[in-house]
Amino acid sequence: MLLKRLSEAIGVSSKEDEVRDIIRKELVNYVDELRTDALGNLIAYKKGKKSSPRLMIAAHMDEIGLMITDITDDGLLSFKPVGGIDKRVLVSKRVLVGDDKIPGVIGAKAIHLQKPNERKKPLDYKQLYIDIGSKDKKESESLIELGTMASFDSKYEQLGKDTVKGKAFDDRVGCAALIELMKKDYDFPIYGVFTVQEEVGARGATVAAYDIEPDLALVLEGTTAADIPDIKEEGHVTRLGSGPALTFRDGAMITYKPLLDMIIEVAEDNQIKYQLRKFTKAGTDGGKIHLTQEGIPTAVISVPCRYIHSPAAIMNLKDYQAMIDLTDKFCQDIEKGGFANERVD
Amino acid sequence: MKELIRELVETYGPSGHEDRVRELIKAKIEDKVDEIRTDSLGNLIALKKGKDSSKRVMLAAHMDEIGLIATHIDDNGFIRFSNVGGISPYMLLGARVLFNGETVGVIDKEGKVDDISKLKHEKLYADIGATSKEEAESKVKVGDTASYYRQMDDLGDRLVSKAMDDRIGCIVLVETLNRLENPPTYDTYFVFTVQEEVGLRGAKTSSFGINPDLGIAVDVTLTGDMPEAKRMEVGLGKGPAIKIKDRSVLVHPKVKNLMIDLAEEKNIPYQLEVLVAGGTDAGAIHLTREGIRSGALSIPCRYVHSPSEMIDINDIDNGIELLTELLESSYTGLFE
Repeated sequence: MLLKRLSEAIGVSSKEDEVRDIIRKELVNYVDELRTDALGNLIAYKKGKKSSPRLMIAAHMDEIGLMITDITDDGLLSFKPVGGIDKRVLVSKRVLVGDDKIPGVIGAKAIHLQKPNERKKPLDYKQLYIDIGSKDKKESESLIELGTMASFDSKYEQLGKDTVKGKAFDDRVGCAALIELMKKDYDFPIYGVFTVQEEVGARGATVAAYDIEPDLALVLEGTTAADIPDIKEEGHVTRLGSGPALTFRDGAMITYKPLLDMIIEVAEDNQIKYQLRKFTKAGTDGGKIHLTQEGIPTAVISVPCRYIHSPAAIMNLKDYQAMIDLTDKFCQDIEKGGFANERVD
Repeated sequence: MKELIRELVETYGPSGHEDRVRELIKAKIEDKVDEIRTDSLGNLIALKKGKDSSKRVMLAAHMDEIGLIATHIDDNGFIRFSNVGGISPYMLLGARVLFNGETVGVIDKEGKVDDISKLKHEKLYADIGATSKEEAESKVKVGDTASYYRQMDDLGDRLVSKAMDDRIGCIVLVETLNRLENPPTYDTYFVFTVQEEVGLRGAKTSSFGINPDLGIAVDVTLTGDMPEAKRMEVGLGKGPAIKIKDRSVLVHPKVKNLMIDLAEEKNIPYQLEVLVAGGTDAGAIHLTREGIRSGALSIPCRYVHSPSEMIDINDIDNGIELLTELLESSYTGLFE
């Protein structure tokens, strides 16, 4: 299954190669052009029949992870986070290090050696290390060089009827949806852009959007769902199973209103369940795309994920399918001239 | 001019909803400029052709103001919100706000607050007098924004209102257009930007489009002339401030010197501004494309980002004077 393969592939920011290879193989027979730019973005292009509007759809290939920054005399690996990681989830997790996927575990001082005040605080990066079973520094150095990336070792599994568990749904769910969409045919030009380095500052999207200069853009994402017991309803952000989430505003972008209204109308006309993302912080590739050159109308559609940025996120497959359906209907609406008339002169 | 100020500051326009401000300004200037357009982010871009079209000058003042954005409406019709730009939670206690420019709400907090410095937006709510979720949603929806709800008061030379930041800059641009007796030296773009308060966004795309040779932002700046104020060498009524630096830009020395020399020559009072915190549209403009010589003219303002921002009308008048002189000058030394 595509989502499973993408979720289990490893692609910490700047090392997206494995993910890119999967996507490339999936799309090579479906698109007119497939190229990788200097930063590593994979750009799939379908010409269509008309010359406009030129739509860019972005989903990021990279995931959060760890970077090896030092090797101790004992052969243990010190690391720093790549992207937004919750320190509390790290200890005792299995990881895979580097291209050879060397298995390791994240270790720390055992609980009976910790002082009472140490137990009250999450362990800091200085207190954590990856143990790959080496006997000394020399052995570790023969396997790993500084700067190597590590990722959680986490399997994709179905839990219950519509729910799946895995790592990196942010944003492999967007990549999977974009692959499905790029296999469909529309009559206007579409650039499917699988971006790099979103988690460290939407860097891939910055250069891809500058290069493509689309008329409008969509970003497909995985976003926070916080429908959990210790958060009151007003803090839920999004809820699992309530459909894809539309962003009206986040920390990096105010969504172009006519585009958002059009997506809502498409959802309502086609009876596709959707929700608004009730949170105005954090950002996506859209933050960079919409400020490219003279400005590009941009909107974000996301699948809600509980426990996002952890080794075990949970998402609902119906939300995922509805994101594909909504984006597909949106593209069909564009074919009918839906967006061309909406632009501000 | 006071009536123009009243009209502009009382207009509703939090970041992302600058439409009403834009329409108002557009109506006031469209007869005075050679071209006018709105770009896809919503920036209003007006061109006044110069005697010489070999250079382009861009002036930027932002139309947006800080505010709130509704994130949740509960069963009893209370509205939860997040901030739009730098609006502090304790400034909001007891404040009245206006959603969508028409629905009044009052702000209060959940329960008891032991330490006001720890007050967060999440603990506040807006009450628009609705008795149910349905009634509230008929007026305010998730994603709708609100501004402070305050009128302008005329205290003599000093005026107080919400949104002086940066409608005052907009007024300086509008009045500069009015005061120009001849075409400016170079093609001059009067740009009324959007989304400055959330990250200088409108200035970024408009300056890319215009690709000017000189960029000047006109905005408000803080002052240090109140009791036990944080130290700052800018005071109300001592003239417009020529920016040296803030957190977003180190002003190009030639731009700064040009403005200082001109103020000296024309006997226009001025001050120098070193702003420790905060930024302005010049921060985005000067990093556009291959880099653009940029500076900023600031109108001193007390109580910035409160519902009662105070300015001195003489500073505005002198600011307009300096800017008009600049546009008509030969920009000595700048492009050499």
